[in-house]
Amino acid sequence: MGAQRKVGTRVSEDQEDLARVPLQAILLADSFATKFRPITLERPKVLLPLVNGPMIDYTLAWLESAGVEEVFVFCCAHSKQVIDYLENSQWTSQPNFSVSTIESHNSVSAGDALRLIYERNVIHGDFVLITGDTVSNMSLTEALQEHKERRKKDNNAVMTMVITQSKPSPITHQSRLGTDELFMAIDPYTKQLLYYEDKADHLKGTISLDKILLVDNPSISLQNDRQDCYIDICSPEVLSLFTDNFDYQHLRRHFVKGLLVDDIMGYKIFTHEINSSYAARIDNFRSYDTISKDIIQRWTYPLVPDVKCFGNCTTKLDRQGMYRALEIGQSRSAQIGPFTVIGNGTNIGNDTKISNSVIGEGCTIGSNVSIEGSYVWNNVTVEDGCKLRHAIVCDGVIMKSGAILNPGVVLSFNVVIGQHFVVPAYSKVSLLQQPIKQDSDEELEYADQSSGVADIPSITSTSDQLNGELISKLSERRSWAASEVGTGGVGYIWSVCEGGHEEEWRHSVAPIPADKLAEVMQTTDDELELSAQDGNVLPPSGELKHDFDSEDDDNEDSRDESVYFEKEVEATFLRAVNESVKEDHIILEVNSLRLSSNMTSTDCAGALFYSVMKLALETAHSSTSELLMNAASLITTWQKLLKYYLPSVDEEIEVILKFEEMCSEFAKEFSPLFAQILHLLYDKDILQEEAILAWAAEKEGADESDKVFVKQSEQFIHVSIYVHFLFHNIFSDSMQSCMWSFASSMLTS
Amino acid sequence: MDFQVVVLAGGTSKNLVPLVSQEVPKALLPVANRPVLSYVLELLELSNLKDLIVVVEGQDAALRVGGWISGAYVDRLHVEVAAVPEDVGTADALRAIAHHLTANNILVVSGDLVCDVPPGAVAAAHRRHDAVVTAMLCSAPVSGPSESGPAGGKDKTKKPGRYNIIGLDPTKQFLLYIATGAEVEKDIRVQKSILRAVGQMEMRADLMDAHLYAFKRSVLQEVLDQKSTFQSLKQDVLPYLVRSQLRSEVLLNGTPQAEDNGNEKVASQNSQVVLSRLVANASTPSFHELYALGSNGSAPVRRTHKCCAYIASKTKYCVRLNSIQAFSDINRDVIGEASHLSGYSFSAHNNIIHPSAELGLKTTVGPHCMLGEGSQMGDKCSVKRSVIGRHCRIGSNVKVVNSVVMNHVTIGDGCSIQGSVICSNVQLQERVVLKDCQVGAGFVITAGCVYKGESLARK
Repeated sequence: MGAQRKVGTRVSEDQEDLARVPLQAILLADSFATKFRPITLERPKVLLPLVNGPMIDYTLAWLESAGVEEVFVFCCAHSKQVIDYLENSQWTSQPNFSVSTIESHNSVSAGDALRLIYERNVIHGDFVLITGDTVSNMSLTEALQEHKERRKKDNNAVMTMVITQSKPSPITHQSRLGTDELFMAIDPYTKQLLYYEDKADHLKGTISLDKILLVDNPSISLQNDRQDCYIDICSPEVLSLFTDNFDYQHLRRHFVKGLLVDDIMGYKIFTHEINSSYAARIDNFRSYDTISKDIIQRWTYPLVPDVKCFGNCTTKLDRQGMYRALEIGQSRSAQIGPFTVIGNGTNIGNDTKISNSVIGEGCTIGSNVSIEGSYVWNNVTVEDGCKLRHAIVCDGVIMKSGAILNPGVVLSFNVVIGQHFVVPAYSKVSLLQQPIKQDSDEELEYADQSSGVADIPSITSTSDQLNGELISKLSERRSWAASEVGTGGVGYIWSVCEGGHEEEWRHSVAPIPADKLAEVMQTTDDELELSAQDGNVLPPSGELKHDFDSEDDDNEDSRDESVYFEKEVEATFLRAVNESVKEDHIILEVNSLRLSSNMTSTDCAGALFYSVMKLALETAHSSTSELLMNAASLITTWQKLLKYYLPSVDEEIEVILKFEEMCSEFAKEFSPLFAQILHLLYDKDILQEEAILAWAAEKEGADESDKVFVKQSEQFIHVSIYVHFLFHNIFSDSMQSCMWSFASSMLTS
Repeated sequence: MDFQVVVLAGGTSKNLVPLVSQEVPKALLPVANRPVLSYVLELLELSNLKDLIVVVEGQDAALRVGGWISGAYVDRLHVEVAAVPEDVGTADALRAIAHHLTANNILVVSGDLVCDVPPGAVAAAHRRHDAVVTAMLCSAPVSGPSESGPAGGKDKTKKPGRYNIIGLDPTKQFLLYIATGAEVEKDIRVQKSILRAVGQMEMRADLMDAHLYAFKRSVLQEVLDQKSTFQSLKQDVLPYLVRSQLRSEVLLNGTPQAEDNGNEKVASQNSQVVLSRLVANASTPSFHELYALGSNGSAPVRRTHKCCAYIASKTKYCVRLNSIQAFSDINRDVIGEASHLSGYSFSAHNNIIHPSAELGLKTTVGPHCMLGEGSQMGDKCSVKRSVIGRHCRIGSNVKVVNSVVMNHVTIGDGCSIQGSVICSNVQLQERVVLKDCQVGAGFVITAGCVYKGESLARK
């Protein structure tokens, strides 16, 4: 089947260009995530067994069958293990399939990896970009063909994403693979991706699409029932894009969103939907469980235990989806249920029940053991009477008799569980202590297995050694507290960090318990109620317009208009300042603005004053006194302009109100200076005493909170203005100035 | 018939000044020499919807409209004309006539609709799904109505995105989102809960709300009663119903109501729902029902209601007369490409010249033209793609292109009229040149005047 496809691609390629580029693939053998901790502290994720074969084998087998000829495996965390594995595997000796590794020690994200690959200059044409934990049996021919045809028409179509149908659970809002629900907007005709949101904000009841999208495309398909397969067909530009945008880290969150938002370069991403073939990526424990079941149930054919030609070809398929290796020791009384895989060399004791589980190679399972929905890897010893429900048990684990694993438990390598110990649900047990929690989540996202566990190799290399040795070695170092994993147990129970225990159930191997579902359903209902309420406030019902026969009226909000006007005036003013335009010209410009926006001169005065004060605020200053200086000099410079728009008291009051609004809203820095600036404005004859008094009088009846600034200026109002007012009328000018200085000294004292 | 029809005929719309006046309310504006309201009434009559309430803004206008209807449809339709105060919203108009509404379902039609989509089909879709509201959508003109013919001077140019933004489910039967393009500031905000329930939503910007809605009466009245701030059906009531469809606050008396409707297809029992679906020819349950059933598929846990959409086929004609531009366009279309709407039989020259009309020597009336009863034209005139009303007197050497001339208009010799609308009783003296103008009723233009893109009316 792979051969047929290869022929297909070759023919099409021959038609278009003579210099044939072999189809290349970049396989990232590092997930740059921490979801499989603590297991991935000791072994890279791509080498973890998936139905008794390393994940990377599934990915490579698919790439080979899909006609890829050259694969670059990018290794970062535990790179040595990955390289060693590949060197000793069959993959390096395949005829038309070359696998080469690229090693890096300091890459913390997919972005870094692609930048490094770009520097190596090994990619010459379109390539397939996947991670080493992808399981698929899709044919690439069609997707490649589509990609190439689009490229011929439009050089900006740099990527084709493979998506498949999968409706997320309406209750938990996550897909069956345990990933967050995905919202996409796709052009139904061109299949161009227009919107991508995977880390959905659950609190927000709506998704926001840019209106521009609908101007360009008459129709958009919004999809919630699709799943990203994380298989991308990329053009070489993708690598250079990562190099150009050195801040791109995550393939989806940064790269895809970056391209979608940034329309300057005009790069486009398209989607290719597969319907009948399988493609999925193991992202977390839940997808590990789901994909394992899919493999056992043969959705991934030919990548199923009895067909795939890697590792042991000796597995046989029995009735009811039971896969058994040839050499297993099984007691007659053991009951092995449906959809179970038993690996080579495993012994199973009397009256043991196993169903829906995968048992690895060389395991010893005692009597009266019950294993349900669990993944037991290689060389595990399960003593009599143990119970395992929906757990992952890594290599070399010993479960002493009577130990019980509750759903969602993960036992990392070589852990020993004491007798009759009950491991609480969703707990993770490892020989390694939990690394100290990093400060920011973001860092944790990228800081991978490579960091903080540099001293692991000693342990990982011993993973094949006998458990006893290890235990003795470790117990020398530290005596294990019986409370952790029971008497005689070895290991630390990791405390739950990220997300808290609340979220553990979402991504664990165990099915979601019914009570959780009910709980979540309750909250979604509440959310819905909230969003419905939001909806009532949000929509345009505020602009209650009757469309009986006047629906074509412009329904622009007057408030928006005034904001717009203010911005325009500010821009005019700033231009005047920067280019030293004459005041008369500014007046002309502002007047024309006023006429075009249908504003009053009061609005002009307010807006101009606002612009002046904003400029003062934006001019560099270190203290409030400096700010006052700035403001004073600006007001002096533009006093004529300000005065022009203040023909009467009304405008002046507007200016004071505007200033008050500024002080209390965004320019809080001005608030301590309120009285001083008021004083200044008064001094410069910009404001008259009548205006200030009228403003104070107006505020008399206001709320206490509104009177902050009146109070602040009270002294000034009472002393200076009354004095001034009186003297202005009664005494001569000389006396006035004398009294004025007296008043000022009173004020400043 | 369990449908009652409400025709919202408007009053004297400000958008249509100077075409409308106290004497000629919007509903009576002539389209191919027939009041525009007649198109709706005849469309309804074709669907056998004969029980109508015509709501008119303003007492005077109501009298005039009523007078015309009783004259024209006396033995054909059962029409009640109700007057509401001027400038009330559509919702208020319905509130005002609420006591007249008795049928289970109400069909609300805008009186300025000129279309050939059978309302019966909308009503059928409404009943099939037992929806609370069904809106008729038609494809919006590709580049706005001003694609051909010069734009009227006063008319606002249609910006892109002025039409509705509509979200539909994959089967294109249910309405999931609606907003007017002009209202959406920048972002289109789609409720995730609806998207989750339906899985896939198609957002369309190329559809237009035709202002023809079927409502379930109980729901409509409940919403109108409870939401007293709602003024417009299109901007308030319909978006509200669409928004709350998965969390219905209406129909609190629920399923019994549905049964009262005499709609046997919807029943409270699950088994019956399945049966009804077979009858309704829908193979899968609608997302509303699935959502309502919750996860365990037992008794409905959530209250939902359905908002449906009826999408008229692209070949159908559907335009609203809500601007001067639309007025010119509709007049041109009705005697042109959508001539089946006019109800006239066209001559061999693809035009309609009333037998009583008189044409002078060497006068040509081109195809897609109409010349009303008793109109006279002098010599060497030329009429192209225009409608000329009744009893007009047109001198010699007059050119009328792409224009509408209403009744009793006098046009002097040597006039040239292009892309203009000339209302009744207007007098154009000699050698007047009009291009893209509107001339209000009774206006007199003195000889030799040249106007371009102006709106002329008596003060």
